[in-house]
Amino acid sequence: MEGLKKSLLVSLWFMFLTLPIVGVFVNTIDDVVIWRLERVLYVGICTFFLSFLWRFMISKKEAGAKRDEETGEEQISAFGKILANPSFYYPLLAGVLVFALLFPQLFSMYQVNIMISALIYVVLGLGLNIVVGLAGLLDLGYVAFYAVGAYSYALMNLYWGVNFWVALPIGALLGALCGIILGFPVLRLRGDYLAIVTLGFGEIIRLVLENWGDFTHGPSGIANIPRPDFFGLFTGLSNSIHFMYYLMIVLVIFTIFIVNRLKNSRIGRAWQALREDEIACQAMGIDKVKTKLMAFSIGATWAGLVGVVFAAKTSFINPASFTFLESAIILSIVVLGGMGSILGVILGALVLMLLPEYLRAFSEYRMLVFGATMVLVMVFRPQGLVRDVRKKIDIAAVRKALGGANE
Amino acid sequence: MDYFLELFFSGLTRGSIYALIALGYTMVYGIIELINFAHGEIYMIGAFVGLTVAGVLTSFGFPATSIMVLASMAAIVYAAAYGYTLEKIAYRPLRSAPRLSPLISAIGMSIFLQNYVMLAQTSDFISFPSLTPEFAFLDKYSSTIGSSDFLIIVVAAVVMVLLTLFIKFTRMGKAMRATAQNRKMAMLVGVNVDQVISVTFIVGSSLAAVGGVLIASHIGQINFFIGFIAGIKAFTAAVLGGIGSVPGAMLGGLILGWTESFCTGYVSSDYEDVFAFALLVIILIFRPSGLLGKAPIQKV
Repeated sequence: MEGLKKSLLVSLWFMFLTLPIVGVFVNTIDDVVIWRLERVLYVGICTFFLSFLWRFMISKKEAGAKRDEETGEEQISAFGKILANPSFYYPLLAGVLVFALLFPQLFSMYQVNIMISALIYVVLGLGLNIVVGLAGLLDLGYVAFYAVGAYSYALMNLYWGVNFWVALPIGALLGALCGIILGFPVLRLRGDYLAIVTLGFGEIIRLVLENWGDFTHGPSGIANIPRPDFFGLFTGLSNSIHFMYYLMIVLVIFTIFIVNRLKNSRIGRAWQALREDEIACQAMGIDKVKTKLMAFSIGATWAGLVGVVFAAKTSFINPASFTFLESAIILSIVVLGGMGSILGVILGALVLMLLPEYLRAFSEYRMLVFGATMVLVMVFRPQGLVRDVRKKIDIAAVRKALGGANE
Repeated sequence: MDYFLELFFSGLTRGSIYALIALGYTMVYGIIELINFAHGEIYMIGAFVGLTVAGVLTSFGFPATSIMVLASMAAIVYAAAYGYTLEKIAYRPLRSAPRLSPLISAIGMSIFLQNYVMLAQTSDFISFPSLTPEFAFLDKYSSTIGSSDFLIIVVAAVVMVLLTLFIKFTRMGKAMRATAQNRKMAMLVGVNVDQVISVTFIVGSSLAAVGGVLIASHIGQINFFIGFIAGIKAFTAAVLGGIGSVPGAMLGGLILGWTESFCTGYVSSDYEDVFAFALLVIILIFRPSGLLGKAPIQKV
């Protein structure tokens, strides 16, 4: 009974909220007012039922949090348990790999194209994960480096006829260089000041590309960028798209390998230490300037690299592909997937990129659902889809192994 | 000189609007350390509510002055209601979550609200009725300052003075300052922190709605996307002045407005936004916590 009353109030409140936006449409040219009050009623009915679901989910989440607190350890989901077990993990990995390799044979060109975009975002997500997830530097202008990579290939090809394979390392290098250029002035900034400066940097790059018409062709962009050519093999549209797909698979595996190695390397641990406490980290003798610049430049390298691939894939680029919204989506991939976790970032990228594509059935409602999904995942799983497992060292076990010599 | 004054006043108009929106960012940030990315959307919703209410009242044949007052009131009430609901749905359940989670939920809300207004209303620009009365005494100066510029500057100034008084002298204002300084301590001395946060969202959203209605009636058209650009600019202004600082947001807004206006007037209009961001970067290099922000003291 209590719940019924609450839900009724919620639905009345939402009907009140949506009244002037949904219920009325004013055509100011002809001075006609169109009333659509029935839609407000639908909103009321939907929110009435949704509010029950919402309360149920919230109470479930709170019960879960309480249980964690009582037992003193985090609940690991069934999925997590499977992954922790090598006899399941390796066959699963092999299965995913086989599926990925067979994908172009099984599905249409359209699907393969979507998958290439999704894989591009996987690499972008993993790159940004270095900066945000490992080093804890909130970067809202990551798309700028992506733009640098894409434009470096497009422009070099336009003016000097440079081919894809030469542009690939140059794009990556230019990305890294831009990372260092951005890194220097922002070394002293922390937290959200850093966020806004990186955002500003991203916007500056985009605006320059848009306004420097003589050089970059401005908002109309650059067309006819050639697809990669591999010793004259893989000609024709379908073949070259398949080739791009396998190229991206290789790139993704390469990235996963590097990021995985970096995470537990000397520099990777320095990043994580810097993220946790800057002062303590400096006291331990870690060079803050070098470490931060490394994070920015290594993160930017991946963006520059896949920027080149992106330009080759779409064969047309313009500044509108590199807006703040892109940066926000890449950041969402990292956070939604689970910060610092490689598997999480991959899942996050696939979900966020494939969701809007397969939501095309809802056509115009898809971005609405997309935004709502982001909010809901964060509300009910604030740590992301896959929680990053921190390496733990059991001190008691170490002591035992040392034979109690230190006691 | 006339040209200079014209640019000066257009910069002041722009800056006042930026400052009004920036106040919402800065107040929310000061209290829960969250960049409320959906704040620009609240501003946009305020403008849309103003538009529909004005349209409905016009069709009923209300006199012009009462339309202006009622439409602005409705915009403020609705923006406050949306801000309150936004906080309850998207931020409150995330109070104890990792720092970046509320940020993503804010970005999600921003996308959601933009598309909600686009679907419910339209994706085209709609013309916004000019609600500003013509001030006869300004006729002499019509080349430098228009009636709507004058109204924006005066309203913004009045609102900011009221806000300062509210924060300085009322009980709620005191509770807000206490919460901003230290949330846990404030709770211990009996401040209802949840209520304070709600009030902050309500006040910030109302200010954004004031800005939204004023600028929409000044420019004469709105669409569902206006909140995005305005939001980013206002956020820049808030950081410029020192995020978390109320006078800082006002100062930051004005500086940003003038920079844009003078750079457009004397240099080039293509690079207007580049100047704004370049200024931000330069100021932050020399003052890493903004113009009026205090550098946090680190205790080890």
